Amino acid sequence: MALTKADMAEHLFEKLGLNKRDAKDLVEHFFEEMREALEAGEQVKLSGFGNFDLREKNERPGRNPKTGEDIPIKARRVVTFRPGQKLKSRVEGSKPADL
Amino acid sequence: MTKSQLIERLADRARHIPSKEVEVAIKELLEQMAQTLQKGERIEIRGFGSFSLHFRAPREGRNPKTGETVKLDGKYVPHFKPGKELRERVNEAIAN
Repeated sequence: MALTKADMAEHLFEKLGLNKRDAKDLVEHFFEEMREALEAGEQVKLSGFGNFDLREKNERPGRNPKTGEDIPIKARRVVTFRPGQKLKSRVEGSKPADL
Repeated sequence: MTKSQLIERLADRARHIPSKEVEVAIKELLEQMAQTLQKGERIEIRGFGSFSLHFRAPREGRNPKTGETVKLDGKYVPHFKPGKELRERVNEAIAN
């Protein structure tokens, strides 16, 4: 089973004794703060885990796969994740359980 | 934004929780996320994205110092796929 926000809030409640309301809000705000930073064009660097970077993509030719029609893919900004060395070392020998 | 800045911003949002506790909580969440991937399990955060493991096939590498060929084993690497809301919000910021 994949880890969800509900599991994360439950973990804060069990491990740190935060009340359920605070635990749920904190998990929600944790992801919202990262979305806001990225939206503002700010890189997010979480040492020991990894960095969320922004990349500007130029317009490029594309095609509607259904109709075969040529349509340009507009210039856009995308988020990429670069795992840190510590996280990479921790998972390289892992066996996927549910991938 | 670094981890400590993220913690400060979250502490500002939750004034009734001591900032030390916010710090411990965020470190705990990141550790839980890393452990989940280490167990080979996925992380799915709606509106943010999902983390999973991708396989990298075994290959022949080279020791840059000696030029010697070395066999590299296959391994798993963390992969992040941004969710719809994150993709849209990051992109709208330049579209407008």
